[in-house]
Amino acid sequence: MPELSTGLLSVRNLKIEATSYPPGEPPKRITIVDGVSFDLAKGKVLGLIGESGAGKSTIGLAALAYGRGGAEITGGEVKLNGTDILALGKGGIRKVRGARVCYVAQSAAAAFNPAHKLGDQVIEASIKHGLMSRDEARKRALYLFQVLGLPNPEAFGDRFPHQVSGGQLQRAMTAMALCPNPELIVFDEPTTALDVTTQIDVLAAIKHAIEETRTAALYITHDLAVVAQISDDIMVLRYGKTVEYGPVQQIIEAPRQDYTRALVNVRQAIRHEAADQSRPLLSVDNVSAQYSNGFKVLHDVSLHLCRGQTLAIVGESGSGKSTLARVITGLLPPSDGRISFDGKPLTPSLKRRSRDELRRIQLIYQMADTAMNPRQTVRDIIGRPLTFYDGLRGAAKTAKVKELLEQIEMGTGFIDRYPAELSGGQKQRVAIARALAARPELILCDEPTSALDPLVAEGILKLLARLQEDQQLSYVFITHDIAIVRAIADSVAVMHRGRLVRFGPKSQALSPPFDDYTDLLLKSVPEMKLGWLEQVLATRRMESAGN
Amino acid sequence: MRLREIPITAWVGIFGILLAIFCALFAPWVAPYGETEVVGGVWQEADAQFFFGLDNLGRDILSRLIFGARTTLFVAFAATLVSFSLGIVLSFIAAVSGGLIDTVFSRFNDLMMSIPTLIFALVVLAVLPQHILILILVMAVLDSTRVYRLGRAVALDVAVMEFVEAARLRGEGTAWIIFREILPNTLSPLLAEFGLRFAFAILFLSTLSFLGLGIQPPTADWGGMVKDNKDGIIFGIAAALVPGSAIAALCICVNLVVDWLLKRTSSLKGGRGDA
Amino acid sequence: MSNPIETKPAEAERPPGLRWKARFPLLSLIVERLLLSILLLFAVSVLIFGGVEALPGDFATTYLGQSATPQAVANIRSELGLDRPLVTRYVSWLGGALQGDFGTSWASRNSVSEQVGRRLGNSLFLAGFAALIAVPLAVGLGMLSVHFRNRMPDKIINVLSLAAISLPEFFIGYLLILYFAVNFGIATFPATVYEGMGFLERLQTIALPTATLVLVVLAHMMRMTRAAILSVMSSAYMETAELKGLSAARSIVKHAAPNALAPIINVVALNLAYLVVGVVVVEVVFVYPGMGQYMVDAVTVRDMPVVQACGLIFAAVYILLNMLADILAIVANPRLRHPR
Repeated sequence: MPELSTGLLSVRNLKIEATSYPPGEPPKRITIVDGVSFDLAKGKVLGLIGESGAGKSTIGLAALAYGRGGAEITGGEVKLNGTDILALGKGGIRKVRGARVCYVAQSAAAAFNPAHKLGDQVIEASIKHGLMSRDEARKRALYLFQVLGLPNPEAFGDRFPHQVSGGQLQRAMTAMALCPNPELIVFDEPTTALDVTTQIDVLAAIKHAIEETRTAALYITHDLAVVAQISDDIMVLRYGKTVEYGPVQQIIEAPRQDYTRALVNVRQAIRHEAADQSRPLLSVDNVSAQYSNGFKVLHDVSLHLCRGQTLAIVGESGSGKSTLARVITGLLPPSDGRISFDGKPLTPSLKRRSRDELRRIQLIYQMADTAMNPRQTVRDIIGRPLTFYDGLRGAAKTAKVKELLEQIEMGTGFIDRYPAELSGGQKQRVAIARALAARPELILCDEPTSALDPLVAEGILKLLARLQEDQQLSYVFITHDIAIVRAIADSVAVMHRGRLVRFGPKSQALSPPFDDYTDLLLKSVPEMKLGWLEQVLATRRMESAGN
Repeated sequence: MRLREIPITAWVGIFGILLAIFCALFAPWVAPYGETEVVGGVWQEADAQFFFGLDNLGRDILSRLIFGARTTLFVAFAATLVSFSLGIVLSFIAAVSGGLIDTVFSRFNDLMMSIPTLIFALVVLAVLPQHILILILVMAVLDSTRVYRLGRAVALDVAVMEFVEAARLRGEGTAWIIFREILPNTLSPLLAEFGLRFAFAILFLSTLSFLGLGIQPPTADWGGMVKDNKDGIIFGIAAALVPGSAIAALCICVNLVVDWLLKRTSSLKGGRGDA
Repeated sequence: MSNPIETKPAEAERPPGLRWKARFPLLSLIVERLLLSILLLFAVSVLIFGGVEALPGDFATTYLGQSATPQAVANIRSELGLDRPLVTRYVSWLGGALQGDFGTSWASRNSVSEQVGRRLGNSLFLAGFAALIAVPLAVGLGMLSVHFRNRMPDKIINVLSLAAISLPEFFIGYLLILYFAVNFGIATFPATVYEGMGFLERLQTIALPTATLVLVVLAHMMRMTRAAILSVMSSAYMETAELKGLSAARSIVKHAAPNALAPIINVVALNLAYLVVGVVVVEVVFVYPGMGQYMVDAVTVRDMPVVQACGLIFAAVYILLNMLADILAIVANPRLRHPR
């Protein structure tokens, strides 16, 4: 624990509570943050890391004496340069917000007002707090746009939020936070919603801007690799309590707590790839697809998957990877090319497929919340495919459902629960059981772990690997996360803008020489080691200098 | 669902509706006098014997009110039931099928909705024979357009959820998807809408009767009773306000219950709605 | 330092229709609405004319009632032009309508257009005046109830408006007549207006019918305004304003209001359309010489040319107001005013 000096921000025993209203029960009081303390010195960055529900965003907002959605700060003190901002009245706290402490939201797209120009919104707080005149504010905004690497900085301020991209909006929001020269900025998961290749640019821009302006920052995220690039100290949170708190070097290289160690070691496993077989289970030959308005989504994609193996399809948003899954399931028939399954051509359109064809290929979705009918119990959700495909009912069905629950490592007591009563990881396991109930040969996994916390995701991946071994299942695993690819794939396909850019066994696909896109993609994935960001930026500067 | 959780206002509403239903069902036994029985002078004052006084032909207003409950409730409920069924079935089919069916249904619905209901009813009733069944059908068909619009919006909200696609990928038929996947998740907003449509049907029927195009005399109907007694207003006789108040009271009760239902509509991802 | 991969798909890959729409989204949407409304109007005219013809019941027989001898029926049919083919009748009817000629009334043998002209003016005057009072009141009350969200004033307004939307128009009308005209004697009933009446006197005469209309429409509009404003207030950018330390006044005026404009305009326009229908009942209650009164009388005696003419005009006004609502909502949307 670093010495408790009275630096810029001093938080002691912060306690935040809220009232929850579970349906059919009396309202109850829950503790979101329980006695958290930390210090932040001027010009330093503190990373707050934890899984969802750990309370990190709530702590970040407490630095502005703000409670979102019914959260109340019930105890402790938050001292900014000696003054406890929790004790200030309404007028007092208004003077602090937007002037001495600023906030960068997770979704900049929603945080900007669609009715006003970006430039006006960026300089608004600075002018209204009387910190600078309109001209001075404009000049400062322009300077910040340049520091943050926004295209056409002079004209950028005249654009509206819907006219610029997500990455640019995130940078604009950072500019808005830096404009009034605050003492502290709270970054609330600023790059979580961005593509990996965009993320690295925004991250570098933020780091550069913080260093230039000597602002202190609270950086909130669930990605340890990202926070390691930008913080001086890290605080690991879980269930509203501090798990570990120390300098970034110690946390990353010598974590003391088990939980921290688990977070650091996530996805270190590497799968040894299996050899290619003579006859593939799934074969996609020169498939192209387009939407009804004529927009071409897939261009001449060819790949294959062997039985009992995992093909990872990697790409960013708009790459067409999810569309390919839809084509394989028959929701979007291809306009060109053919798909073969187990040596026989697969009926292109879903409506015409036989029940047997449908049974053998199953799909698992990214968001388990919406993938299951909230009005059905686990028994009905898992049991329906059993009834539909195999005609099982009554006691036989219940027995089989219990068997499947055991396979997914959940107790049979869950059989009468509703989805709303399950955690994120449990919901995804039930979704897997539902897929297994059909006795499939191929399971398409559409980013099944992207919406889950890292440790929970790890559990799901291990489960999938075990099931594959036990039942000779084949997976097409769609993801944007290269670390997952290394950990689970036998063969890899990289997609970009509807085209297949690279395809082959994992060892080949992930080794040089690379095409431009794969190169960019691989280089953009943050690694769990200090100084990685500087390395990448230095390499980039050398490359552009050399050209 | 705990009975204690129901707010006072909803209880008031439920009570009012039950009272009206009671009158409707047991009218011949509850009403002191007959529906068309003349028992005294024109617009005789209210007293212990005649609780609301007598109407423009000397008939007991209270008795006619009770019989009127029967007519009004029956016609309004029948019309709402037909309009709701029609609207929901068509809108759900449109939402689930998508494509051409959805476009054709929805465009036709937009066309029907672009004529205000009252005007359309007036035009149609100008040519159709005066019969209770015709009245119910006209009201039902016109109102089904509103139900269609809501039903389609609600069904689409659910239809884009992945569990509906999962059912489709399994190979489930359209009927299963509508009744087992979508409908159970739309019950709360649909129930509330049924209440709203019912309240509207009561008002609409009364308006038509008031204009002379709805229920024909001598059958007691609240709107018709207002029409019968409106000439008394200028002499300071409030007889026409009694059936008017009954209409208002019943509608308020229905709206109170609907308000409560709308507040209870939980999000799809959250609760199960009702235990 | 911007990402070179982060660009939109090439222009040439998009089909031609999309290109035109992308360049002028605002204009193309407005034109679309306009064309749609015109199409709707034609369809409605077909529906009103053809639908009436397709329904059972022979007019000539109904019209003559007791004296329906075959000869008389044939005479009437040729006199009223009912023996010509359907399409011809429709075309000549529509053609006349577009020029403002709606034919002759079966009941009074007068020109329909003459009556319509006078009465339409009266109805629009009544509706317009009611709208003038109701709209600012509704928006104001809506804002008030949002400001006092879930506190006493909001709850009171909620209960009162709930009661108001449950009351039939004729009930409100007769209630007002009983108390203000008969008992207190301060208002006029019936509300007869005539040519050459002074403006102030006209206003005085329509005081009660206006009040009735206002009460009917106020409650609906207020509830919808409240819902629209609440939805805007809970947006993420309002939180941003608060976190920037902006005053409540500035947040509402600068950030909430511009975004609430579109939905409120939509609500107002939709309720104005509702007003068109409310006018009918109010005119009957107050015996006001407007289009509503005219149509109801015609329906009672089955005077078809009048019914069709009134039906068409009411529908046209309704469609026009709905179209206006759509277009104003489009124009108020910043995303469409400033395309990519």
